[in-house]
Amino acid sequence: MSDHASPTATVPAGTVPAGTGADADGETATRHGARIELADVSKIYAGQEEPAVESFSMVIPAGELVCFVGPSGCGKTTTMKMVNRLIEPTSGRITMDGEDLLSLNPHELRRRIGYVIQQIGLFPHMSIADNVALVPRMLGWDKRRTAERVDELLHLVGLEPGRFRSRYPRQLSGGQQQRVGVIRALAADPPVMLMDEPFGATDPITREHLQNEFLALQRRLRKTIVFVTHDFEEALRLGDRIAVLGERSRIVQYDTPDRILAEPADDYVRSFVGGQAAIKRLGLIRAGDLDLLPAGSASLPSVRVDATLRDVLDAIVAHRAQRIAVVDSDGRVRGELDFDSLTAAADSGGAR
Amino acid sequence: MDRFLSYVGRHTDDLLQQGLEHATVVGTAIVIATVLGVALGVTTWDRPMGRAAAVATTGTFLTIPSFALLGLLIPLLGLGWTPTVVALVVYSLLPITRNTIVGLREVAPAILEAARGTGMGPTRTLLRVQLPLAWPLILTGIRVSTQLTVGIAAIAAYVAGPGLGNEIFDGLSRLGSKNAINQALAGTLGVIVLALAFDLLFFAVRRLTTPRGLRV
Ligand SMILES: Nc1ncnc2c1ncn2[C@@H]1O[C@H](COP(=O)(O)OP(=O)(O)OP(=O)(O)O)[C@@H](O)[C@H]1O
Ligand SMILES: [Mg+2]
Repeated sequence: MSDHASPTATVPAGTVPAGTGADADGETATRHGARIELADVSKIYAGQEEPAVESFSMVIPAGELVCFVGPSGCGKTTTMKMVNRLIEPTSGRITMDGEDLLSLNPHELRRRIGYVIQQIGLFPHMSIADNVALVPRMLGWDKRRTAERVDELLHLVGLEPGRFRSRYPRQLSGGQQQRVGVIRALAADPPVMLMDEPFGATDPITREHLQNEFLALQRRLRKTIVFVTHDFEEALRLGDRIAVLGERSRIVQYDTPDRILAEPADDYVRSFVGGQAAIKRLGLIRAGDLDLLPAGSASLPSVRVDATLRDVLDAIVAHRAQRIAVVDSDGRVRGELDFDSLTAAADSGGAR
Repeated sequence: MDRFLSYVGRHTDDLLQQGLEHATVVGTAIVIATVLGVALGVTTWDRPMGRAAAVATTGTFLTIPSFALLGLLIPLLGLGWTPTVVALVVYSLLPITRNTIVGLREVAPAILEAARGTGMGPTRTLLRVQLPLAWPLILTGIRVSTQLTVGIAAIAAYVAGPGLGNEIFDGLSRLGSKNAINQALAGTLGVIVLALAFDLLFFAVRRLTTPRGLRV
């Protein structure tokens, strides 16, 4: 396992959960993602004539988060669940770092793949700690290692272990339960995670909070993630790539969010993008990722380095400003941006 | 009243002995019925035909008059403990089986999905997730069966079975003679006290065995 530092991408301020500072003091080295390949995978449900998924082929590079978006019933869940074999493919091949998943024992396979669902499915009769410790225990981890891992993960999502460890699921808010659902899936440090509309049942504010928090987590963990969502905005915010799926899980476009916004493959994809594609693209690029103009002496309205260009545009309009200063988290000015910087960035396709 | 109390005083040892036998025969039957009923529930809960058949069959058992059942068991099993236990098991099956089925069906599909998704096999899921979640209902079924059979067990004296029924039958067969009523009354009250004692026991068992997460 390489010990290169976590990705340098800046994390949005205020979304880093308490305790992520624990990085340095001996946190177990995380296992990064594995490359997943689905080749010509089909699923025909028993008693049905039409396949639910037809000849689906996709490569998911190691450490990337891929969002499946598409209309209800198009086969997103079916496709995703074939990876951990909750649904057995009718035909095709699925590999994880080259290893043929269909030849493995499905129970053992699932312990190596994190799984998060919209309904969360915490076990109500088990404490939070027992819920999180489930897979490590099945894998035979010793007590101490398991307990340490549970506390580490609770910290990671901002749930103080002392307060939450021995609570029960129904003593937690919906958002807190969903965080536990996520860390239960992460417990044994699987290289791959499958997430089926994990934040779909939460209110918009909690959802955005969970998304940001999860994004910050993923920037450090670099798992390979299949993330199913109805919400195109969510896909834009979280996905390294987005797969826009049609009937029977047909891949209409599989591309980075920026490319999907800039060059939607057809009207179908365009309908997902909706309006304001240019503004949405600005929302994908962070101010700190651009070459900034040198800072002048004038005092300007400012945004943080982790703000998006959409925020910069907002500041330009709101303050009727020619230029906006970009500042560090400790308030130091890094440089400036003007309107032309935004259009130039949009032309060059962002920094991804 | 005085005469009754003095009767009880003179026969305390007998009454305690028979009360103990009564409790033992009910306890034995309930343990066997729990094993059978839970097994039947576990194997049929997710099959519509199977669970309907299980509930219908065990329900039919309950409609057989106890005298008739005990009498019919004599040629097969003779007299004494065996036919008594068998009859009580037969009567106990419905509440336990049905509550096991209901309890297992009430486990949310999302929870089973999560169990499967984390790599738990069917046996582990049953033992670690489904049965613990269904347990409060199963226990209610066991309790109902116990109440039911404490009463029915009194009739076992008819096949020379053990228990307080002997007091009742003896007393009733000697009606008119001295202490006959007192004897029957002592047996009857004994059954009621025993039923209350079992209920108390279940109260304690429920407190001790319901997973904490289901109580909070
Ligand atoms: N267990 C099943 N048996 C038979 N057909 C199924 C089963 N599960 C799903 N299907 C069918 O397969 C198709 C794809 O379903 P799937 O659940 O994968 O869709 P989805 O894209 O996840 O939809 P949604 O966005 O509503 O969750 C649908 O037509 C659905 O009716
Ligand atoms: Mg779905």
